[in-house]
Amino acid sequence: MGKRVQQDGEMLKGTLDMMVLRTLATGDAHGHTIAKVIERTSEDVLEVEQGSLYPALHRLEDRGWVSSHWGASENNRKAKFYRLTAAGKKQLVRETNRWRQMARAIALVMGEKTLAHGDVE
Amino acid sequence: MSWFRFLRRKQADADLQQEIDVFLEEEIAENIARGMAAEEARRQARIKLGNPQIVREKLWQQNTFSWLDKMGRDLKYACRTLARSPGFSLIAVAVMALCIGATTSLFTVVRSVLLRPLPFRDPAGLVMVYEHFRDARSNAQVFNYNSVAPADYFDWRAKTHGFEDMAAMRYWQFNLTGEHGELPEQVRARGGSWNLLPLLGVPAAIGRTFTESEDRLDGTAVMLTWSLFERRFAGDASIVGKQIHLDGKPYTVVGVLPQGFTYPDAKVQVWVPYLSGLPPDIVPHHDYHFTTVVARLRPDVSLASALSQVDAVQYRLHMENLHAPVAEDVAPRTLNDDLARDVKKPLLILMCAVACMLLIGCLNVANLLVARGAARQKEVAIRGALGAQRLTLIRGQLTESLLICVAGGVGGVLLSLAATRWLSNAWKELPSAAGIHVDGVVLGFACTVAFAAALLAGLLPAISSTGKAVFASLQASSRTASGNLSRATMRKTLLTVEIAVTVVLLIGAGLLLRSFVRLRTTDVGCVTNNVLSLDYSLPEHKYGSPEKVNAFNEALLKKLRALPGIRAVALGSILPGEGNGGDDMFTIKEDPPLKPGELLPDALVRAADPAYFSALQIPLLQGRFFTGDDRLDRAKKVVISRALARQYFPGENPIGKSIHVPALKDADYEIVGVVGDTLWQVGQPIMPTMYFPILAGDVDHGGSLAIRTVSDPLAISAPVQKQIASLDAELPVSNVQTMQQAIGESLGNARFSASLVLIFAVLSLLLASVGLFGVLSYLMTQRTTELGVRMALGAQRDQVLRLMLFDGLRPAILGLALGSAASAGITQLIRSMLYDTRPLDPAVYAAVTLTLLIVATVACVVPAWRASRLDPMQALRAE
Repeated sequence: MGKRVQQDGEMLKGTLDMMVLRTLATGDAHGHTIAKVIERTSEDVLEVEQGSLYPALHRLEDRGWVSSHWGASENNRKAKFYRLTAAGKKQLVRETNRWRQMARAIALVMGEKTLAHGDVE
Repeated sequence: MSWFRFLRRKQADADLQQEIDVFLEEEIAENIARGMAAEEARRQARIKLGNPQIVREKLWQQNTFSWLDKMGRDLKYACRTLARSPGFSLIAVAVMALCIGATTSLFTVVRSVLLRPLPFRDPAGLVMVYEHFRDARSNAQVFNYNSVAPADYFDWRAKTHGFEDMAAMRYWQFNLTGEHGELPEQVRARGGSWNLLPLLGVPAAIGRTFTESEDRLDGTAVMLTWSLFERRFAGDASIVGKQIHLDGKPYTVVGVLPQGFTYPDAKVQVWVPYLSGLPPDIVPHHDYHFTTVVARLRPDVSLASALSQVDAVQYRLHMENLHAPVAEDVAPRTLNDDLARDVKKPLLILMCAVACMLLIGCLNVANLLVARGAARQKEVAIRGALGAQRLTLIRGQLTESLLICVAGGVGGVLLSLAATRWLSNAWKELPSAAGIHVDGVVLGFACTVAFAAALLAGLLPAISSTGKAVFASLQASSRTASGNLSRATMRKTLLTVEIAVTVVLLIGAGLLLRSFVRLRTTDVGCVTNNVLSLDYSLPEHKYGSPEKVNAFNEALLKKLRALPGIRAVALGSILPGEGNGGDDMFTIKEDPPLKPGELLPDALVRAADPAYFSALQIPLLQGRFFTGDDRLDRAKKVVISRALARQYFPGENPIGKSIHVPALKDADYEIVGVVGDTLWQVGQPIMPTMYFPILAGDVDHGGSLAIRTVSDPLAISAPVQKQIASLDAELPVSNVQTMQQAIGESLGNARFSASLVLIFAVLSLLLASVGLFGVLSYLMTQRTTELGVRMALGAQRDQVLRLMLFDGLRPAILGLALGSAASAGITQLIRSMLYDTRPLDPAVYAAVTLTLLIVATVACVVPAWRASRLDPMQALRAE
């Protein structure tokens, strides 16, 4: 079983938001696709809990980083698609930078030099 | 978090439902594609999704203002609780509506009359300046502000520089007639110096204000107030520049005052320049006090230093006129206080009374809530045990009292709209310069009062019913002998306070009422029953000679005396009890000249026809009344009152002596008679009075008729007016009323403060007795088991009755004692409003004690009797 992305804890909550934004950077998607993409890309290490995903999507929409529209899903169901906005793209850049700093810092503390070097470049 | 989200949370929830459905479908499709059986695919998808309800709730919460949600829940709950006992809710709301309504009305009046600045430019810089006498008699009076003499005003204005400007005002009255046979009417007027309106910062609405050159003795400019302009001239602006006739003389309308300008009161109809129409010989006098002075402070000079300059000028004038009543210095007064005059104290007292009633209303609602809290003890305990925080419980209960008070507040504001209108119409002494109406501040005040009342009424019961002790009720078996003792104590304490406040109100009301009754029944010194009084004034242009004046007066008297149903007719310048009417100084010819610095004696001046005294039944003590022969040149006679004879002719016979009155043709008058004293105003001390023959035929004097009738005097008013019209159809008649009415009107302040405080006190008594009844009924249900045990063990019914009665009466008696003690102190504050009544009047205290005890006993006897009728078996089985 993979680890679950918890919604409590400020850093982890931010992490889910960031990953959702990153997923949407490749194109519009509805909730299921977003969850699947995150799971697949993380090689099934991260499992997105629906209880966190939908509130997160609404939160991002509130802040104007994503917009939503109704469309047809792969199985031709009426589904809500999310799209990254211009503000969302900027936010993604900010969050990515923040994450890299954080990851490097943690790696340094944990003594994992290789990862740290690879990330800085 | 946004309002947008909040208002669309239903839609968001539906969207989410759809998203979740799609998620499931996709997941199932994917699982089937992976080769799962349909049933297994569905099961796995659901496992992966988890509980969709939690997701929905989470999002719902994210889209909700939690405080609003909680408040809504509290509100819904409180509504349901209140709706479940409509009787209680209605009573509570009615009580609060009454209390808040009365408070709001009184506040509206107090704000309009005492607090709100007048609608002038920079009203804070305006001040009235009066003359101020230093002698002991003047200082003994509550109101030591003397009107200013014209020459004093002119000296102040010319010789001091502390004020930006000073303006003068005086009373006036005109007979307004039209050229085209319109009805003549008596209009109240003011003379204002040319700089008055600019000083107040009031521009003319149409036309212009007076110019300096118009403010002269023969000036004939006039300004109309908006109400006269609308009423009589149909709001036609072309009246400006035209002429109107005042007392038969043509005046040119130069302008119309703005609509809101009702200073100094709304009855004033026209303004003329200050000097216009004044007798020329009056202007240089320093002892004719009839002017009020308004001054505007200079921004760089303090009031004290500006006044000290005027003081200096006035003191010099005083030293130059030692024998005349010229004041030593001056006294300032704010414009609001000046207008409020006699109503300030009654208003403040009423405000206090109404605040007491509000307090009692709150305590009563608190008491009712405590009782309900007792009934809901178990519910509160269970909610507490299930994890409701104390704050949540208190908030829930406060919501209930808040709902009651908000509903009461809405009702109260509606009530106060009607009450304020009634009060401002009925209470004639209230100044109307600023207009009395409900505005934003008043509404804000009503809201504040409602919320404060909700806190006061709700907090105490809420705190007491949610304490830790509440959980005891869960542990307690149903057989506890006496319920919650602390709660009973709380209710009794509330009740004691309630009764104490009620007693204070009752005693205050009793004192004011007794004082008012004393005023009402004061012997004016003449007959007042079945007397019709009315005023008229003969215009100079038509009645320009003494012969003409006498001819009219005598013809009228003859016609009236011939009317059926009339016993006697008196004609004078002013009737007893109807006001001051003016006073003059005199000297006694036979006495040695005055010592320097001694003030000339002073007496009221009246005119009377030969039948005046006998018609009004004023007794003759010495000498004779006037006769028809005391007329024109032979009218240098005077009848003096007993007070004048006693004060200035002690132990002498005044008949045949002469008094000299400088102001009245500077002539000697022979004393022909002494008559009994009459009051010039009920509630005021008697003043020495001089009566002169009205048949002297003085031109331009008003007349007051007193007509004594066999039966209802008002029934005769139409025939009387017809007789006047038959002599002169253009002559307006004013103040047609019975003498009782006229005197009653002069007691308006006393009447209003007495009757309103009495109403508040009676309502409070009613509230307190309802509270008493409620508490005792509650105690009885609490003690049912205990009483059952007592009776089963042999207690007699009358013992139980006594026990319960005493239990109920204890807070009443305690409250009575506390209230009486407090009243002894508090009523000293209204001492100045009491006429011939001591603040510690034993009769009032006895009456209040008796009333309260009777009401309390009645309120207690029903529950106590019910308790004594308990069937012990029933009582023991009850729980």
